[in-house]
Amino acid sequence: MADFVELWVYLASTPLFGLTATIATYVLAHALYERTGQAPWANPVLWSVVAIGSALVLTRTPYPSYFSGAQFIHVLLGPAVVALAWPLWQRRAELRGRCARLLLAGLVGGAAAAATAIGLGLVLGLPGEVVRSLVPKSVTAPVAMGLADRLGGVPAMAAVFAVLTGMVGALSARALFGLLRIDDWSVRGYALGTTSHGIGAARAMQVHPDAGAYAALAMALQVLMASLWIPWLARWWAG
Amino acid sequence: MIALQGLALLLLLQTAGELIVRALGVGLPGPVLGLAMLLPALGWAPVARRVEAVASVLLQHLSLLFVPVGVGVIVHLGALAPLGWKLGLVIVVSTWVGMTVTALALRALLGKSEPRDG
Repeated sequence: MADFVELWVYLASTPLFGLTATIATYVLAHALYERTGQAPWANPVLWSVVAIGSALVLTRTPYPSYFSGAQFIHVLLGPAVVALAWPLWQRRAELRGRCARLLLAGLVGGAAAAATAIGLGLVLGLPGEVVRSLVPKSVTAPVAMGLADRLGGVPAMAAVFAVLTGMVGALSARALFGLLRIDDWSVRGYALGTTSHGIGAARAMQVHPDAGAYAALAMALQVLMASLWIPWLARWWAG
Repeated sequence: MIALQGLALLLLLQTAGELIVRALGVGLPGPVLGLAMLLPALGWAPVARRVEAVASVLLQHLSLLFVPVGVGVIVHLGALAPLGWKLGLVIVVSTWVGMTVTALALRALLGKSEPRDG
């Protein structure tokens, strides 16, 4: 037993552990997802996160020692976001024709998500700084942190809310759009990307290439729009 | 090799994006600026060919890239426990409202004044 503990302590302290755990768990979770006929509840990101998270808590492995390996996956997010230009470029003629309508829908939808969060948060009596941190949760996490700071929220909390929002959207999109009888992939992708940014876009990309492209566009537009209207809201809210 | 050249290109654009964002102090993430700079460059075939080679692999596995962040959130979820169900309710409901409004608005907007094949 002591040997095992020693071995574990060694393994958990090398970057190899975090990297192996991330990729191997995801590959396994993805295989299960395919087995279930791509059921939304079998979402591979959700189950990878739950499995790895539980393992870390149970073995009392601190997150930073996991992240020392997982960062090699994490760092690829940057170039992946740049690469989203490719699906947008492929559909450039269609997107140019729809430009104004997409902007309008994104503005209305992004505002609706933020307004609901503020309203419901105040009604339920959540602390002020929590409500302020909830406002930018439909914007990709790194930007949400900066925006929450301007609003008087807590950046770290805003990042957590953004990630949770992404997961909620990715997990429930199929059921919600089924209920609303929306079967146009571009509309489904765009709505998912508007509220659930990169995590929504990743899910959309798995389901259909058109949905993925529109979700990527929605994510980029939310960043631009929120960067414009949130500082305006911050001035108004402060005064 | 062509995919690796594409990856180098993406990383260079992200780096350029990060540098510009820092130099000008604009509130945009570097990668999003990189995306905006890459778009016009894709009209040039040598760039498009290389980006396509790496983008197809990277975007196909985009979900995997969110696992490390997701684990961080789950592990630290305990800190938010005092806010409990209220916080969960706000996040879930506002996400659904946002998706519903966006989808219905876009469907209504696209339904009119556009040829069916558009």
